[in-house]
Amino acid sequence: MAVKTRRYSARDVTVLVIGLGVAVIASVGLVWGPTLASVVLSATDWNGFGPIEWVGGRNYGDLAGEYPPFWSAVRNNVLWLGFLGLVATPFGLFCAVLLDRRLRLSRFYQSALYLPVVLSLAVVGFIAQLVYSTDYGVLNAVTGLSVDWLGDRSVNIWVVMVAAAWRHVGYVMIIYLAGLKAVDPALKEAAAIDGANEAQTFFRVVFPTLRPVNVIVLVITVIEALRAFDIVYAINKGRNGLELLSVLVTENIVGEASRIGFGSAIAVVLLVISLGFIVTYLSQLFREER
Amino acid sequence: MTALAPARRRARPLRVLLHAFLALVALGWLLPLALAVYASLRPYEETARLGYFSLPESLTLDYYGQAWSQAELPRYYLNTLIIVIPALLLTLFLASFAAFAIARARIPGRRTLLIVFTAGNLLPPQVLITPLYTLYTLVPLPLWLSDSQALYDSYLGLILIHVAFQFGFCVFVMANFMRTIPEEITEAALVDGASVWRRYWKLTLPLCRPVLAALATLQFTWMYNDFLWALVLMSSGDKLPVTSALNNLRGQFFTDYNLLAAGSVLVALPTLIVFQLLHKQFVAGLTLGSTKG
Repeated sequence: MAVKTRRYSARDVTVLVIGLGVAVIASVGLVWGPTLASVVLSATDWNGFGPIEWVGGRNYGDLAGEYPPFWSAVRNNVLWLGFLGLVATPFGLFCAVLLDRRLRLSRFYQSALYLPVVLSLAVVGFIAQLVYSTDYGVLNAVTGLSVDWLGDRSVNIWVVMVAAAWRHVGYVMIIYLAGLKAVDPALKEAAAIDGANEAQTFFRVVFPTLRPVNVIVLVITVIEALRAFDIVYAINKGRNGLELLSVLVTENIVGEASRIGFGSAIAVVLLVISLGFIVTYLSQLFREER
Repeated sequence: MTALAPARRRARPLRVLLHAFLALVALGWLLPLALAVYASLRPYEETARLGYFSLPESLTLDYYGQAWSQAELPRYYLNTLIIVIPALLLTLFLASFAAFAIARARIPGRRTLLIVFTAGNLLPPQVLITPLYTLYTLVPLPLWLSDSQALYDSYLGLILIHVAFQFGFCVFVMANFMRTIPEEITEAALVDGASVWRRYWKLTLPLCRPVLAALATLQFTWMYNDFLWALVLMSSGDKLPVTSALNNLRGQFFTDYNLLAAGSVLVALPTLIVFQLLHKQFVAGLTLGSTKG
């Protein structure tokens, strides 16, 4: 590609400036600006009205020391990430590998698996209540137990994660399936001729070529785990064992006490974790491009 | 995995095993949805007595009538359309132009722009929602645009945040796609003295139809499914989009889960229909970001 020196007319420049300008204003004004404001506000005790007072790192101290929901939220977010990453994602990959062959009914299996992907997590939350209800729920009826699946603090996060995984598996499967279809069939044939069995072919030959897809799936998994909100909010507003960082942030705005500064401090914790992954991901993405 | 190893030699029994496994998984995946439909068809009194996992004594569509008329679902569907359609069009328009400028116009700093846009879409919404909420309450709007006279609790506010939050992903996908379009097409136009706008609107965009269709399908689903933005940035119950309005079917002291199931099915229906009709676009949209050109 020969880079030509181009001269744009005044009108061209105007069009470009307006088009990109609007995009930049939207991104900075509504996404990055508020993100930065979260960082600034986290060092204040602002309640949404009145004067803003600096309190330095006190919000963070309170968060770690005097706000029990914070640590259970951190624990739940870590569990969520672990469950999606170590159970749901590998299962999605496994299904993709099984489906990546000429198979009758393949289209049906695929559709069934990714049907939940198009549902909103709020709807998933409501459906979960039908399955897990203590008195009428299917799970207790089938197993003969009488566990309060959603009310019992020691189990509820697990069953909700299963519901979230229900949706996540299909998502991961679609992406891996597309990745697998793009793998050069000659690679597999060559491996088969060399006497490799299917497992060896997959782990030694196919999986390494999926590296870009793996990165994307990893990021999706992390982002989904950090964003998790709708499903617990639909079930019990994220209380009683279902605390998540995202819920705690939201509670400080829509809840009774509007503690902007304190809520922002939780948001900053979320930001720092997600930025770590976003930077890794993007640097990988843009390095490959060069 | 190892169980499948000798599939080539003894194909039959393993094929059966494979089908059995996949069929089991597929059924397990469909079951919760089927259960919701089933529960929505049965009277509360009956499931309260027998549980959801039981044979039906009577089936009725009453709950759908109730959810439709009593909970005024049509009004909430309309709210969703008022928000999602403009947001979708704006997102695609803004994103396609930005992608064009980044991929084709060789403007300075294009790489930085692309990173800023893409990263913005990856942030968890909660990271920015607190200041955004404050900002929205502070921005005044004329009465004809918003009856709350602020960006907060207005359709426009929700449209704007959807656009701002989602267009980064679209820019990324479209910029990658546009790079795969042969340069010669626009080169020729350049020689003819075509303007930037003409090259974008007349020459590049028509070639992007498949990717636009894919992104439109995907973004429709995401915007339709939104729960958080409306929850935080809206206060009037009658302006909520349909997904958030689902919460209204929950009573203060008593929740009729069968009614809630009917509501859930009705809310899920549009996305399920879109998914069935535009299956190909939907999958293409999800995978476009991952297998870049």
